[in-house]
Amino acid sequence: MSEPITETQVRHIASLSRLKLSDEQVHTFAHELGAILDYVRQLESVNVEGVEPTGHAVDLYDVFRDDEVGTSLTQDQATANAPQRDGAFFKVPKVLDSGAA
Amino acid sequence: MRTARETINAIRCGELSADRAVGECLDAIQRKDPDIGAFLSVSAERARDRARHVDRRLTAPDGAVDLPLAGLPVAVKDNLCTDFGTTTCASKILEGYQSPYSAHVVERLERAGAIVIGKCNLDEFAMGASNEYSAYKPVRNPWDGNRVAGGSSGGPAAAVAAGMVPVALGSDTGGSIRMPASLCGVVGLKPTYGRVSRYGLVAFGSSLDQVGPLARTVEDAAMVLSVIAGHDPRDATSLEAPIPDYAAGLGKPIKGTRIGMYRSFFADGLEQHTRQAVEHAIDVLTGAGATTVEVDLPHAHYAVACYYIIATAECSSNLARFDGVHYGHRTADPDDIIDLYAASRHDGFGPEVIRRIMLGAYALSSGYYDAYYLRAMKVRTLLRRDFARAFENVDVIVAPVSPTTAYRLGEKSADPLAMYLTDVFTTAANLAGLCAMSVPCGFDDRGLPIGMQLIGPVLSEQRLLALGHQYQQLTDHHLREPA
Repeated sequence: MSEPITETQVRHIASLSRLKLSDEQVHTFAHELGAILDYVRQLESVNVEGVEPTGHAVDLYDVFRDDEVGTSLTQDQATANAPQRDGAFFKVPKVLDSGAA
Repeated sequence: MRTARETINAIRCGELSADRAVGECLDAIQRKDPDIGAFLSVSAERARDRARHVDRRLTAPDGAVDLPLAGLPVAVKDNLCTDFGTTTCASKILEGYQSPYSAHVVERLERAGAIVIGKCNLDEFAMGASNEYSAYKPVRNPWDGNRVAGGSSGGPAAAVAAGMVPVALGSDTGGSIRMPASLCGVVGLKPTYGRVSRYGLVAFGSSLDQVGPLARTVEDAAMVLSVIAGHDPRDATSLEAPIPDYAAGLGKPIKGTRIGMYRSFFADGLEQHTRQAVEHAIDVLTGAGATTVEVDLPHAHYAVACYYIIATAECSSNLARFDGVHYGHRTADPDDIIDLYAASRHDGFGPEVIRRIMLGAYALSSGYYDAYYLRAMKVRTLLRRDFARAFENVDVIVAPVSPTTAYRLGEKSADPLAMYLTDVFTTAANLAGLCAMSVPCGFDDRGLPIGMQLIGPVLSEQRLLALGHQYQQLTDHHLREPA
């Protein structure tokens, strides 16, 4: 059951993952990802009927803390590594009406 | 090369000052690291400052009794945040990044008196098994510079193996502490999931990642684990389980230990010297009174496939934060906000990271989620059950760590799938949340190290450490040093 991944699919995934790939990279990754997906598809032969999925390696649920304000980073600390900042804000190109998907 | 235990003792009794201990490590790094590449950054001045501070504390009336690791030089993998130096994850996307906080394990080490002298090289974002995928430089095996050190914690492993530091911290998601430990001839322990806080460890596969020690002796690994283990409210997946006295438990004799062997792990595909060394190690253990029992792990051969769906799915989510906005590399002149994300990420991430992000996104995407991710999570349950069943009859499972000894640089790096398949023995423990440790057990005919893997049930670190320590009293593989 060998269904290679198409370049269209690779472009779609790259778009979802916000990765700007060159045409050459799309081609190479289609080939590499195809081989890997071929390998992982062997899980299809496992009988998983009635088996619950494991999300956590060790059983821990609903780990909460009290809703109290504690110490956290200052605005200065949080923005210290920003490529572009404006006071307490991270500066980016405009988000609305940019026409982008 | 001094072990951590020897270093601490020498400092305590005044034979060695912390300042000199740090100085010796800095010298060793300067001499040896240009040929190895274990370090991405060294914070020499800060280390010497802290060393002098520790030396002053040691002369105080209380003799710094609250500093069990007083003066011990350590190194940490560069995916552990430190509020000094830089934290790059061996990626260009975090070049020059200065973390505003230190990881929990770093805080614990320094609070115990240890001194972090530098950040170690790794495969970019901990994705790799050979440490050839660092965006800065590969790590070369101290035993043979034309060969890989193993990954992704190649830097920590090589730093310890070459005697640059007595102990180091690495991280393990699919084998990343155990693989380089095996290839470099040092001890490497992956604790039970949740045993050690992940706060400050840059996330790769959040349900799989664990921080653990690399050292030349099991005793040293036990000592470090005692300091870094324990509940941390800042990591919601950290366990509240009490911490046993790992050092005190090391003396437990081997006699009576039931060792599980899974026949398929020792079949074809396992390099001959590796098989012989691990089987011989088991003979040493049975000679000391252990018994062997055959176990069956029917889903173990699905572990790699399972891992490369779950780990990549988790990383595709975890690495979404690297978007050129808040920190890290940002592309110049983006067309718009989306281009800013896409170009920054493309520029900043290496090919293996991109590969894994896309694989993960595919496995999670609409139409494929059930067939890949959900199915992998179910196979993960079956694998956990396999181990639970096996551990009803045995105390520990002994297996190889790596199918081969250290291969040449470039030999596997061009074939991603070939690289993934080297994880055949290690990924299962991460998927099942178990603790596992690599212990040096021999060398091949080229003098390259071989490690054996001890795998134990959840929270059985004490059992693994005792067995490993007793094994090291009966053997001397861990005492050999690279030329």
